[in-house]
Amino acid sequence: MEAILGGIQILMSWQVLVALLIGSVGGVIIGAIPGVGAAVAIAILLPATFAFEPIVGLTVLLGIYGSAMYGGSIPAILLNTPGTPVNALTTYDGYPMTKRGQAHRALSLAYSASFFGGVFAIICLILFAPVLAWVAPNFGSREIFLAALLGIILVILAHRGQIMAAGMMAFLGIFLSTIGLEPARYTHRFTFGQGWLTSGINLIVIVLGLFAISQALLLLLDKERKPESARVEGSLWGGFVELLGLKRVAGVASSLGVMMGTIPGVGEFTAQFLSYTYAQKTSKTPETFGDGSPEGLVASECANNAVPAAAMIPLLALGVPGEALTAMMLSVFYVHNVIPGPQLFQNEMDFVMALYMAMLLLNVIVIVFLLSSTNLLLKITQIPTRFLGMMILVLSFVGVYSLRNSAVDCALAAGFGVFGLILKRLNLPIVPIVLGVVLGAIMEVKLRSAIARINEPLDWFNRPISVVLILLILFVVGNHYRAVLLEHRQRVQRAADGELKGREGEAPVAPEGF
Amino acid sequence: MTRLKTFQELFKRDRRPGDLVFAVLFLGFCLFLLANLRSQAQWLDNTATVAQPAFWPTVAVIGMSFFAGLHLIGSMVSPRIPGRLKEGIFWLRSAEYAVYFLIYVWSVPIVGYLLSTILFSLFLTVRLGYRSRTAIIMSVLFGLSVVLVFRTGLQVRIPPGQFYQYLPDSIRTFAMVYL
Repeated sequence: MEAILGGIQILMSWQVLVALLIGSVGGVIIGAIPGVGAAVAIAILLPATFAFEPIVGLTVLLGIYGSAMYGGSIPAILLNTPGTPVNALTTYDGYPMTKRGQAHRALSLAYSASFFGGVFAIICLILFAPVLAWVAPNFGSREIFLAALLGIILVILAHRGQIMAAGMMAFLGIFLSTIGLEPARYTHRFTFGQGWLTSGINLIVIVLGLFAISQALLLLLDKERKPESARVEGSLWGGFVELLGLKRVAGVASSLGVMMGTIPGVGEFTAQFLSYTYAQKTSKTPETFGDGSPEGLVASECANNAVPAAAMIPLLALGVPGEALTAMMLSVFYVHNVIPGPQLFQNEMDFVMALYMAMLLLNVIVIVFLLSSTNLLLKITQIPTRFLGMMILVLSFVGVYSLRNSAVDCALAAGFGVFGLILKRLNLPIVPIVLGVVLGAIMEVKLRSAIARINEPLDWFNRPISVVLILLILFVVGNHYRAVLLEHRQRVQRAADGELKGREGEAPVAPEGF
Repeated sequence: MTRLKTFQELFKRDRRPGDLVFAVLFLGFCLFLLANLRSQAQWLDNTATVAQPAFWPTVAVIGMSFFAGLHLIGSMVSPRIPGRLKEGIFWLRSAEYAVYFLIYVWSVPIVGYLLSTILFSLFLTVRLGYRSRTAIIMSVLFGLSVVLVFRTGLQVRIPPGQFYQYLPDSIRTFAMVYL
């Protein structure tokens, strides 16, 4: 209770409230524009927030992170174009509803489901905070190293059908984190005698290049798209009443969102997939899924909006980010000398509570804003895409150059931009690079400090959390291997039965393979 | 033969045009790093293996090379979609805008953030084919608002342009601090 009151006190400053308003409204607008997304916006704004107090800077970024998915549902439902990648599943049922003349109902349901998912996750966080505060101090260097290792493994394995690409990108990220002056012995690593590489490659330069500049280049070079949509008439409050009838689906989907958000490297897509599958399997009308089912819409929106709040758990409690956006936020903590991890939960619980309550408040601001300005947002989604590319490129400069006024950083960011564009065109994953950079640095530092207390291999098993994490790592890898093997056998069997004959008698590509 | 076919099936995946080119180039980059591993990361005496400066670069480069090799195998055994040259040209075209961006970066400390940003957004707008009066006005307003928000409002660290020294006394300080 004391922590909650302390949190309220931190929140009650005009700077935090303005940051919350700008972050949440800005996040909705950014989410509603297809081709921008929270990652691009956070990457651009990150250096600008370094000048603020940690709570103010984090509130802006959290606002964008937590509200972008709300906005992303608008073009997903009305234009069949997801505003953010995680709104892709929303198009399955949202757009068919629009085609049936139920756009108003679909939007209303999506808003209320998003609100429910977001608030549900934050309430869970507030309730679990004492448990986390109790468990977190038991995480030493060894456990944090193992958690980061688990995060890397999960990120790689989460990219089914692209495991090899995700693996090479994750290791590329780890490699990038090692470039420059090594912090313990001050030896040079992969600097090739170049002075500008001595200080290493900044995470923000990599993030801005891979997310913002690559997206700008993609929009600038691609064909022009200017989506058109009709106005949405009438009140959008009705979704809350309809959601009451779907409370089971909403509850389960939000719980899955919380669970998947907590696990590093898993995130929105898995949460949505599991929720959607659950909703379809337990529905009385499973045949309507993908063709305008309100249950499907609720499942995907509840799940994806529950994830951002839950993703803060590994970041705050262990200092281990689970996905790209929380990895970016980690740099804000570091810049302000606030080190997330067990100490934060022990010593600054009111700060943690302030963040949780800021997230709660942002959901309220967002829902009020959305219910009153959907048609305005619809106009913003109609910015020509190539013009949007120009805007992102201009804004990217602020993000990179304001870091340390270095033209070299800008050149590196441009290089990463071209690299990111190639990865996007080839449909290869980008997120593992960012997580590799962040988790690689964490693993190096933590393993080095952990090794002082480990004399023989069996010492890894002399602490309970360490044992649990090692078993989890073995389970995750073993389970994936078993699943791939099983799927492969099934494919071979089906091919033998003649079910999988594709073009020219050849079996089609296995999306479930490596 | 059956084993080889099974191996191929296991590595088959969705392959876009240009995938093989990327896979070969990436593996080449990994091999270049591998070849330079000994000279670019040091192994010291009397230091535990995991605390060695070269330990993590070695893990990273070996990991990259291992996965890059498997990715290349996947690319070679997957069905090819034609369009490699077209895709390569698309990648190269992105360099044009990267060069414009670097010219913009170079110009900021000389002509100042305000002028360079307005000119850059205006130039890109025209280059993209938007010639209407509305588009031109919108791009100028956008450039202006970026400067007002970030340099004037949020006071982000961007150095004043050398050009500002030649401004009249009355506005020189204002331009140096806020524009």
